[in-house]
Order: sequence, then C-alpha cells, then structure tokens
Amino acid sequence: MTMYVRRRYIAVKVDGNKEFNGKEVFNAVWNSLTRLFGEHGASLAELSLIEYNQEKRQAIFRCSHKALDMVKASITAVTEVSNEKACLHVARVSGTLKSLRTRTASLK
Amino acid sequence: MKFYVDLHLCPQTSNLSHVSSMVEKAAAFGYKAAGITISSKATTEETQKLKESCSSFGVDFITRVDLAPKSVGEMLKNLRSLRRKAEVIAVECFSKQVARQAAKDRRVDLIRFSLVNPKSRFFDVAEAELASGSTASLEIDMAPLLTLQGFRRAGLLSSLRREVQIANKAHVPIVLSSGADEPILLRAADDYCSLAYLFGMERYEARKAFSENPKAIVERNRRKLSPDFVAPRVYVVRRGKS
Repeated sequence: MTMYVRRRYIAVKVDGNKEFNGKEVFNAVWNSLTRLFGEHGASLAELSLIEYNQEKRQAIFRCSHKALDMVKASITAVTEVSNEKACLHVARVSGTLKSLRTRTASLK
Repeated sequence: MKFYVDLHLCPQTSNLSHVSSMVEKAAAFGYKAAGITISSKATTEETQKLKESCSSFGVDFITRVDLAPKSVGEMLKNLRSLRRKAEVIAVECFSKQVARQAAKDRRVDLIRFSLVNPKSRFFDVAEAELASGSTASLEIDMAPLLTLQGFRRAGLLSSLRREVQIANKAHVPIVLSSGADEPILLRAADDYCSLAYLFGMERYEARKAFSENPKAIVERNRRKLSPDFVAPRVYVVRRGKS
C-alpha cells in the first residue's frame, strides 16, 4: 500500500540588496526552521526547494501540508541570507505546482 | 482585502527620508494606517510633516505617544497632559504598580511589557481582569521575534504564549504591531500572522489583532478627540445657525 502525502507549494519573494542563489535562500529557510523547531520539527516539514528564479527573486518551496504553519513562520523569521540582511515574504500557497505557477504569474 | 493597521512603526521621526522609506514599505505590504511614535514635546509642524509623508503613500497617519513612567504619579501626570494630543497612548510598564494603574485607567489604550526581561512582564490574571474592565489592550511587538535568537527568543515566546491565553480568557483585546525601526524588519500582516502561530495565536485571532482591534481603538479615540464629542456617549449631531 502506498501512502499519499499531501503537500503544499509556497511561492516566496526574496527582498534584499544582494543577489542570492537558490541554495543560499534554501539554507536561510532551513536554518530558520531548525532554529525555531529543532531537527525533529524540520524533519516533519519535508522542506525542499523546487525552483528559484533569480530575475524575479522568487522561490518555490514544497513542504508537508501538516507543517505549513511551521514553514511559513520560519520563512517570515528569516532576517539574513548568507550573512547579508534580507527578508522573505510568502506570496502564495497552493496545493499544486501548476496552480501556484498560474497564480504567481500575475505577481510583480 | 482586510484593513490592516500597524500601530507601532518606529522610524527616526527627525529623518523624513527614513520615515518615507518605512511608510512606503508599509504601504506596499498593504497597511492602510500606521501609528508612528512621536515625542511628547513634538510640535504641530513636525506632526503635520509626518502626516504629509504618510498621506503621499496613501497611509492614514495615527499619532501615538509611548509613555515609560517610573511611578504611578508620573504616568497620571503625563496622561493628563497628553491624552487630548495623541490618538493612541501606550504605556510600557516597568513596575507592577504602574502596570495595575495602566490596566484600569480608561485613558490608556495599550499596555506593553519588556520584551527582553521576562521578569518584567506583569501581565497575569489580575492584570487581565483590570484591563478587561477598562479600554486597555495588550500590545505585542513582532520585531523582537525576528531580532532575538536562542534562549531569549524561547523565553519571550513562552511568556507570550501564556499571556495570550490569559488575555483570551479575560477577553482583553490583543494588538499585534510590527515595532520595526528598519524597513528590513517590516513584514506583511499575513507574514506576521504566520509568526503569531509560534505563540499559539490562531490565524483569525492574529488577523483581528492586526486589523479590527487597532482600528477600533483609533476610531474610538478619534471620536473622542473630535469637536463633536461632549461626554461619553453624548455627541453633537447637528449644530444650529447662530
């Protein structure tokens, strides 16, 4: 029997003076998640970076739907990305990647 | 879209470009009104400049005074002189006596406690009961949750969780504010609502604490400060020709 895992896709806007790459943004969110909820909490979140658009400064994360609140709090709590002051804002949350892409296309 | 209010924006009021950058960011995040702390000795001209700066970005400017009295006498004296000048008055309580008096005084809108010293947080059941009988709300700044780390943040979250439970039980309104003094510390209201999850606030409660609760305070005080106000629940409805 396979277990269906419900997931959530989160579009995140990156705000800062420096250009960052996807790995740096993911590390910032991961560090924030482990600081706030510990390694056990981070393991429940099943966080992964789907894509990072450097031009739009927009990232898409995937997480478990049960850990959505944890991940959103961790994203908001980010104040630094690779030792540079920056902040991340949750732009949209969706259940499928397709609908998230459609809805974020209208964002600036 | 909800009417979000940030009652505690802390730009350097002497530096108008800093004020503009903060207000611009607040407007971009969808805040419709912002409370900016002014000095108790601020002149009308200074206040007017701040108001113009806010209105240029379509943000309603709310005058706010923060009191940090050392004694009850000092607080009462300040309240007497400032209540008719500011739309919102917040009292930071450093002692239990001041906290108790602030909670039962109807001229106080917001009560605040130290965010770094958990022993100076006097919001207990007795304080909540006094506050529920008056008009005081509990204000929680969100910026320290972003700036503090480790043990200190854990301690603050623990205190806030307990206080939110007490406030909800006693029906004391909670007001969430940014408390941001730099644009980088400012977040959208929905992001702050996500952060409020950390101290046990439900999403709808957090939204209310960012919209309806601060809006109610400002509307109540503006009614009181208007020339049509005569006494509590007595207003001039129409003026005759003299």
